[in-house]
Amino acid sequence: MTATQPAAGRTPVRRLAGLLHRHRRLRLSLLLTAPLLWLAVLYLGSLAVLFVSAFWTTNSFTSEVVRVWSTDNFHALLTTPVFRQVILRSIGVALAVTVLCALIAFPLAFFTARVARPRWRPLLVVAILTPLWASYLVKVYAWRLILSQDGLADWMLKPFGLGGPGFGLPATIMTLTYLWLPYMILPIHTALEQLPANLLDASADLGAKPGRTFRAVVLPMVLPAVAAGSVFTFSLSLGDYITVQIVGGKTQLIGNLVYSNIELNLPMAAALGTVPVVVIVLYLLAMRRTGALSSL
Amino acid sequence: MKGSAIRLQGLRKEFGGTTAVAGVDLEIADGEFFSMLGPSGSGKTTVLRMIAGFESPSSGTIELAGQEVTGLAPFERDVHTVFQDYALFPHMTVEQNVAYGLKIRKVSKAERLKQARKALADVRLEGFGKRRPSQLSGGQRQRVALARALVCRPRLLLLDEPLGALDLKLREQMQVELKALQREVGITFVFVTHDQEEALTMSDRIAVFNQGRIEQVGTPAEIYERPATSFVASFVGTSNLLDGDAAERVVGKPGTFSIRPEKIRVLKESALADVPEHATAVGTVAEVVYLGDATRFLVDLDDGGRLTALQQNLETSSEDVAAFRGNRVRLQWHRDHAVQVPDAS
Repeated sequence: MTATQPAAGRTPVRRLAGLLHRHRRLRLSLLLTAPLLWLAVLYLGSLAVLFVSAFWTTNSFTSEVVRVWSTDNFHALLTTPVFRQVILRSIGVALAVTVLCALIAFPLAFFTARVARPRWRPLLVVAILTPLWASYLVKVYAWRLILSQDGLADWMLKPFGLGGPGFGLPATIMTLTYLWLPYMILPIHTALEQLPANLLDASADLGAKPGRTFRAVVLPMVLPAVAAGSVFTFSLSLGDYITVQIVGGKTQLIGNLVYSNIELNLPMAAALGTVPVVVIVLYLLAMRRTGALSSL
Repeated sequence: MKGSAIRLQGLRKEFGGTTAVAGVDLEIADGEFFSMLGPSGSGKTTVLRMIAGFESPSSGTIELAGQEVTGLAPFERDVHTVFQDYALFPHMTVEQNVAYGLKIRKVSKAERLKQARKALADVRLEGFGKRRPSQLSGGQRQRVALARALVCRPRLLLLDEPLGALDLKLREQMQVELKALQREVGITFVFVTHDQEEALTMSDRIAVFNQGRIEQVGTPAEIYERPATSFVASFVGTSNLLDGDAAERVVGKPGTFSIRPEKIRVLKESALADVPEHATAVGTVAEVVYLGDATRFLVDLDDGGRLTALQQNLETSSEDVAAFRGNRVRLQWHRDHAVQVPDAS
């Protein structure tokens, strides 16, 4: 196979490079074995374990896992009012955060991508990203301070005869919206920036006033980016259980139920844990229809 | 007597410190096929964008059909544009693209579908209505853009280098089709191009732009045969300028003269001028270029200067052509064809 190669310059490194050049499969396997192992064993493997253990049960006296096949956990999920309530509440929070993020992000992104002077735009993008540099916990505790009794929110609203929202569901939604907002702004900013200016010219040229151009051209072309951003905000909100512990008062979300069940009833926690996975898969399937996944 | 479709007066446009358009006065008649010709950066596209309303002039006025529109937005003007890269809406089908203007004018759904189909048929794109712009070729997109602009029957159609992205064969075909379409619909066309051949073949009149100003306005024949400035002489057609001492010796008077290559005959050196209207000059063939249908001779004149002459290949073939290099020849042209142009300033 290597007989036709001239002998000159055949160092081991060159020979290896030649071998890799001729064998495409070998090249691919060297490149991908390690990351694929990581993905298969640690990621998909643990998901599989999670799913399988959700079908086990526990000894109610010792809390030890009993490896007996049963669908009781899923039955409990669907029939116990508390579980159903918490699941629906979690989905509701994730949706509310997503909608709020989209509503806040759109005008901001419109400003950074199309209104601000071009030389300011990179700086504004950096400004949007700076909150991501700070630790998650620091930001959530900052919100706890803002929302606490006689905190910043109370103090600012006092002159209007109002009070802050205090800790609870609204505080959770506000804090999560703040946390995930950059993930919504960035894709919308990119989409608006890439929107060709002559499409807006063409729309005006054909008689459309700015509002019409926005509805008929800008919005439909940016919608996939909104959907792409919503994948982040929705899934990050659905999986969160720390923010709600810090600013949520007594509010419970799926994450809290998983957390509190881990010690006592591991299979139940596993069953609860599969809920966000299923919801997010359904959400991704829905978003795929909008073309959002190709703009990620 | 036809009315005026466009009247531009003292139109100027500055971007930051640079002047894109430096005072343009122009009147275009109803139903005219009018071309704005010039190199890139000469201000022709900026003038077009100001007529459409995408840019507002720094000073000067724009009148469309006798009405001043200088301060109006694009959607307040009865003007449609065919953009250089077509600017079709990628999220709409071809039919929706074409019907867009009608939808804004609140034409009923059945009616706008009918008109959009008719407009697509006019540009020979029947059956393409349900496709997306991304599924069409460049030439097809160009025709969709044309249909979209024409379906609302504007008084004035602006075309910004609409054929620039097409290959040569398609471009020549579209030139003929565009001209025929314009004659058919009777709408005023303002056509921006940097391609002098395109401007010459399609236009009723041409304005030649250079550095934000109009150098000359005239019919294609006027522009070509009687260039008003040395810029027009060199930009439109092949440059063949004689000036200084060479001009004085060859033409007999001082100044700058333009002679079109195809007006010059290449004769044997011994040939004599047969009629007094003919001027001649002798020289040595420096280069011969075989073009297939014609041959281009570059001749260094004994009196100084170099002239290009173009000869139809009636009897000569490629073998004969090479033998001409280094030969002594006599060039002959009609005195009227040496057109004096103002000196380049």
